[in-house]
Amino acid sequence: MMDIVKFDNIRKIYEMGAEQVKALNGISLSIQKGSFWAIMGPSGSGKSTMMNILGCLDRPTSGRYFLEDKDVSTLNDDALSEIRLKYIGFIFQSFNLIPQLTVQKNIELPLYYLGWDAIKSSRRAEELAHKVGLEDRRAHRPSELSGGQMQRVAVGRALAADPHIILADEPTGNLDSTTGNQIMELLAELNNEGTTIIMVTHESYIASFTQNRLHMKDGKIENIEEG
Amino acid sequence: MHQSRFIRNIWLGIENLLLHKLRSFLTMLGVVFGVGSVVAMLAVGEGASKDALRQIQKLGSNNIIVNSVKSVEEESSTTEHSRMSIYGLTYLDYERISESFPNVQQIAPAKLIRKESRLGSNVLELRIVGTTDEWFELVPRQILAGRVFNAEDVRGTSAVAVLTEYGARKLLATKNTIGQTVRIGGDTFEVIGIIKSETGQAGNIQIPDQQIDAYIPLVTVRKYFGDVFSKRTSGGRTRELVELHQIIAQVDKTDNVEATAAGIERMLQNFHKKKDYEVSVPLALLKQAEATKRRFNIVLGSIASISLLVGGIGIMNIMLASVTERTREIGIRRAIGAKRKQIIIQFLIETVVLSTLGGIVGLVMGIVIPTIITYFTKMPTVITLQSILLPLFISVGIGIIFGLYPAINAAKVDPIIALRHE
Ligand SMILES: Nc1ncnc2c1ncn2[C@@H]1O[C@H](COP(=O)(O)OP(=O)(O)OP(=O)(O)O)[C@@H](O)[C@H]1O
Ligand SMILES: [Mg+2]
Repeated sequence: MMDIVKFDNIRKIYEMGAEQVKALNGISLSIQKGSFWAIMGPSGSGKSTMMNILGCLDRPTSGRYFLEDKDVSTLNDDALSEIRLKYIGFIFQSFNLIPQLTVQKNIELPLYYLGWDAIKSSRRAEELAHKVGLEDRRAHRPSELSGGQMQRVAVGRALAADPHIILADEPTGNLDSTTGNQIMELLAELNNEGTTIIMVTHESYIASFTQNRLHMKDGKIENIEEG
Repeated sequence: MHQSRFIRNIWLGIENLLLHKLRSFLTMLGVVFGVGSVVAMLAVGEGASKDALRQIQKLGSNNIIVNSVKSVEEESSTTEHSRMSIYGLTYLDYERISESFPNVQQIAPAKLIRKESRLGSNVLELRIVGTTDEWFELVPRQILAGRVFNAEDVRGTSAVAVLTEYGARKLLATKNTIGQTVRIGGDTFEVIGIIKSETGQAGNIQIPDQQIDAYIPLVTVRKYFGDVFSKRTSGGRTRELVELHQIIAQVDKTDNVEATAAGIERMLQNFHKKKDYEVSVPLALLKQAEATKRRFNIVLGSIASISLLVGGIGIMNIMLASVTERTREIGIRRAIGAKRKQIIIQFLIETVVLSTLGGIVGLVMGIVIPTIITYFTKMPTVITLQSILLPLFISVGIGIIFGLYPAINAAKVDPIIALRHE
């Protein structure tokens, strides 16, 4: 199978005055298309830093990152925005919905930047709201939803532009176990349909939904369990 | 496609502004008052200058007007008893001007005498204006009945008079008017016409019409009434000899007005020992009025720009706060794939929507206020297309100028940091 992500000796170094923080210290890694990964490790081990680089929100200090065989480690801001828009769907621990927009409009957001027309976007968002089980909440605003529902909206939004990878940084971190379970089932279903998912989690129970696990420590890969 | 995104951006902007109705309204106020005062002041200023221009133009921008004035020495010496003061323009001046200036196309003299007039039991003191037929061509007056006198009447020293509407009503009452004879001084005159008097006047450069005016051919006036006019004052009798009180000359081209006026002035200087005349040029007044208007506009413009500047700074202040408040939203949009340019456009449109709404409200205010002013003070105000379009352009411009910095700030938001802060 084809590698969707290839990291070649990726480093991310933060200069804090005289001190250097090596958030990522030489990561090499390949992720296959259609796989489901959990990234685990203690706090401060570099998981979020890695997700930011994977998601083209940040550039590595050194090393090369190939996304679908395209070197994206040196692209400029506009090009990275374009990649995020077309290739990547984000799910965050704190949902990150836009509070003044309805569920419908939140899901439509990526389509707006893709330049879709209003009717087509609206139909697509309806379809996704149905998929995440929120079709009767489309006119609600995030503040009127439960945490689990908000995360479902976030999943819907992440799927809107039909991304190649979904990146989820502790998607169940703010949810109780039952709701967390439901979100994991939703993600597992998406993975079954062929979407590559990379997820950060602290809990081994949540990680058990995935086939592959990557353990990090001090900016380095400690070990990899491939299933 | 592009256009629809632009319209959606405008809607998004309006929706965001509606989230904070009071805040948006208060932010708008600066622009509302700025634009409102610009429109209102333009309307009042435009109205005032239109009024002045109309009055000056009524005098004819190609006209030169020469008036007789009592010189200062003459004024003091007349306090002696029964002294005769002789001053002013003469019949010779009139002839010289009409003959020696080829640019002068038409010329009309005016001699003013007060005379009592009666018809049956009706008595009215009239102001006799002795002039020629050209008078009525230089300053057109509406003819209500009959006709004004012609060159024939002037040459033939006919005893004819043209009355004003008011004079006719007082003297002639309801009787068959045209063709009636009235007694003026001690002589009888035939009323050949009735005109409407011109009420407007500007800068005192023309002897303003009076309701009690009666127009009689100049030569007739001389023949019947002579040139000396005496009146009783508290100190005894004063007698004046003034041949002509005014000469109006019309020049062929606007370009020649000032040179001809200077020529007339020079010629009069040669023949008059004292400065007992005054040459005025409506065109000069017109230019002066335009210069005044320009100065007025500069002052208004500065006041308006200051208030608009203050309004713009208010908007910028709120937008900067709004960007800080919505850092997370910006981070989300950027993470999803919005380019910096798109964030700039979003915030810029929001600011422009805010300032333009302010501009529209201000425009309405600026149209309503002058209307009220006109209603209560009868002061003319004029709203021109320019005074509507200009403030609208300005308010859009304010949105762009004062929205750009906050929008660029918004685009600088680092999505990683924005999404991390809870
Ligand atoms: N912008 C930054 N500037 C300086 N240091 C940073 C920055 N971002 C992250 N770091 C540092 O890099 C290291 C890795 O941080 P990171 O956020 O990737 O950890 P993490 O594994 O996601 O931790 P957690 O489980 O607590 O979320 C930490 O030591 C952190 O302090
Ligand atoms: Mg983290």
